[in-house]
Amino acid sequence: MIDLSKNHFDLFGLPVAFVLDVAELSGRYRELQRVVHPDRFASASDQEQRLALQQATQVNEAFEILRDPLKRAIYLLQLQGVDTDQATATTRDAAFLMQQMELREALAETRSDPNPLARLDDLMRKIGAMLQSQVAELAVQLETGTPEQLESARESVSKMQFLNKLFNEAEALEAELEEAN
Amino acid sequence: MALLQIAEPGQSTAPHQHRLAAGIDLGTTNSLVASVRSGVAETLPDQQGRHLLPSVVRYTSDGVVVGEGARAASALDPDNTIVSVKRIIGRGLDDLRHIGGRLPYHFVDTDSAVPRIQTVVGPVSAVEVSAEILKNLAARAEVTLGGELSGVVITVPAYFDDAQRQATKDAAKLAGLKVFRLLNEPTAAAVAYGLDREAEGLHAIYDLGGGTFDISILRLNKGVFEVMATGGDSALGGDDFDHVLAEWIMQQAGIGPDADSGLLRTLMNKAREAKESLASDRVATIEVDVRGAAPWRGELSRETFNQLIDPLVRRTISACRRALRDAGVGAGEIADVVMVGGSTRTLYVREKVGEFFATEPLVDIDPDRVVAIGAALQADVLAGNKPEDEMLLLDVIPLSLGIETMGGLVEKIIPRNTTIPVARAQEFTTFKDGQTAMAVHVLQGERELVSDCRSLARFELRGIPPMVAGAARIRVTFAVDADGLLQVEAEELSQGVRASVEVKPSYGLTDQEIADMLRASIEHAGEDIAARRLAEQKVEAARVIEALQAALASDGDELLNDEERARVDGALEDLRKLAESAGEADAIKKGIEGLEKSCEFYVERRMNSNIRKAMAGHKVDEFE
Repeated sequence: MIDLSKNHFDLFGLPVAFVLDVAELSGRYRELQRVVHPDRFASASDQEQRLALQQATQVNEAFEILRDPLKRAIYLLQLQGVDTDQATATTRDAAFLMQQMELREALAETRSDPNPLARLDDLMRKIGAMLQSQVAELAVQLETGTPEQLESARESVSKMQFLNKLFNEAEALEAELEEAN
Repeated sequence: MALLQIAEPGQSTAPHQHRLAAGIDLGTTNSLVASVRSGVAETLPDQQGRHLLPSVVRYTSDGVVVGEGARAASALDPDNTIVSVKRIIGRGLDDLRHIGGRLPYHFVDTDSAVPRIQTVVGPVSAVEVSAEILKNLAARAEVTLGGELSGVVITVPAYFDDAQRQATKDAAKLAGLKVFRLLNEPTAAAVAYGLDREAEGLHAIYDLGGGTFDISILRLNKGVFEVMATGGDSALGGDDFDHVLAEWIMQQAGIGPDADSGLLRTLMNKAREAKESLASDRVATIEVDVRGAAPWRGELSRETFNQLIDPLVRRTISACRRALRDAGVGAGEIADVVMVGGSTRTLYVREKVGEFFATEPLVDIDPDRVVAIGAALQADVLAGNKPEDEMLLLDVIPLSLGIETMGGLVEKIIPRNTTIPVARAQEFTTFKDGQTAMAVHVLQGERELVSDCRSLARFELRGIPPMVAGAARIRVTFAVDADGLLQVEAEELSQGVRASVEVKPSYGLTDQEIADMLRASIEHAGEDIAARRLAEQKVEAARVIEALQAALASDGDELLNDEERARVDGALEDLRKLAESAGEADAIKKGIEGLEKSCEFYVERRMNSNIRKAMAGHKVDEFE
């Protein structure tokens, strides 16, 4: 087995850090899969096939987490013992919460818009930009990693979870509107 | 005459022998088989020179007819002639009512979850019908290539769900074929095009077959095909064009919906002919003989045809838009759109796809053959014929997987477009005090409500220690392998009790049903079951021995000390002797397990060594 005590960054031979080069990560991911993927063992013994399956699964899991900024941030916080349980996710940022309410209202209103799909597209772009700015903040917060910075990072993670949820709802509405089309 | 060669005991006769392998495109309307010969992948014709095998099976009291002969009889003997079986495979009776169009079969009620069609030889399932097509193609390949196939790659629509994939694999098992891999059709097409052109970057594969539609977005990078998103509709295809056309003819000719199944078949054939002629002509002439009335004659313009199929084509474009969104790319970033499937010959389809992606779609490889060719290339790699080959396919699951929670809602455990293989776990808890069992309902689909998703399996977790509600912690693990097939496990964690799990496939054949079918087909062929199992285990033992010898030759000296090497060699020798002398399949099976156990440390060491080597070129300080 791949050594389980290794963290996901070690598996890819990368330093433990929030800022990473996704192209480099993807390149290493492909190199690892070339070695462990079950297709490499299609004619091998059942035992090797099982092992390849486990390892390819683990490489996929690690890649999935490192590639996505939100998952990467949560993972880094976990490595430092900071709890990011979704159920207890909160933020005290009143301005952010106000903005969330406005976005939700805007989402509800798209249904009655004469051109709902275009309106929805605008809204999703806006949410996407807000997510991007949270990623930029995380880069700073996780760089120094003081207790205060980690607490801010935890809050950024919560905000991103809010935004992602909203984005998913917008997507679901889009699928619904397209189906009705 | 050449002398027969006899190898020294324990030595493989030809370690680098080319293994015969084939790619099979098991299509709704037509099927094909292809293989790599002298480095070139090509589809294999039958003795009459025909490459396409119509996916039609006719059951008669004198035997089974597959292909052209069966299709010719489809209007005369509709009840015993099964067409488009791919639309039925892996589906339950309830599903079949939702599939567009009329299915002219008599389904019989049985205890099994799998629908059976009544024929002169008795009820048959879609798995058995598909197995007949596979057997026919495998036999064609073995005759053409001059030997037994070591394994095959069978293509399936990317949008096939777990039950449909499992059923396809069951059909191969029934046909006596070793499946190296189930490969998604669009990925196969990408392999055929990509290797041909060495095209890097983002590609879209638009695959509209007879009964299924797939769209895949892939990135090709140095021989690695990474599927970024896939979408589609497993019940939408060129057959639906025929259906709307046939309905239009019925309307024009005043034919009522109570027409007999022979006339319906004729109408479908007329509709298909008209559709095909409109790929080159602006107007198609249609003539239909109606029993007891004057023959009807009419004209269909390309414009009217386009109007009729427009809603169907638009559904495919919506799926393209969703796939791009899932992949996180814009339509303008797609370098090429590859057209696959016979239905992309329809000009209106090409026009609309070209408009959407703002690029001229690629049609230069025969859309009927491109999937089989890609599958053959992959089969050749998986057979081990190209150990240095750089090609690797990384595919995704097409639909989200989840389980039922309180209130008839679905909790997603693995979202769609996750790269496979993948394993994810989620924890659940009990609802009532003292609850000792839990029903787990596995679902596939994107919607929130259980009733809108597809039921894959139900099982019960028993033996949970009685506790207050919410105290038990039950972990449900989903694992999807490289074929896209799902395995589910459930475990109670709080007291370390591993409870029993029993999976009942909602729409699949049970293992027992498959074993029975297999036994029946072997007995029918007059073979001895015990002898066949023994022969199979001997082949398996030889395969394991050969793989281990190859491993030892490449890195045994490097990774094993003298004592370990002696142990591995001893275990190897034990199995070799056993396989030679044993008269029972189970004894050899135990021997293989024994060898695998004693060499486990070595296999793991090899894998880790390979991973280290792969990452050795990189240093952490590259980033500092």
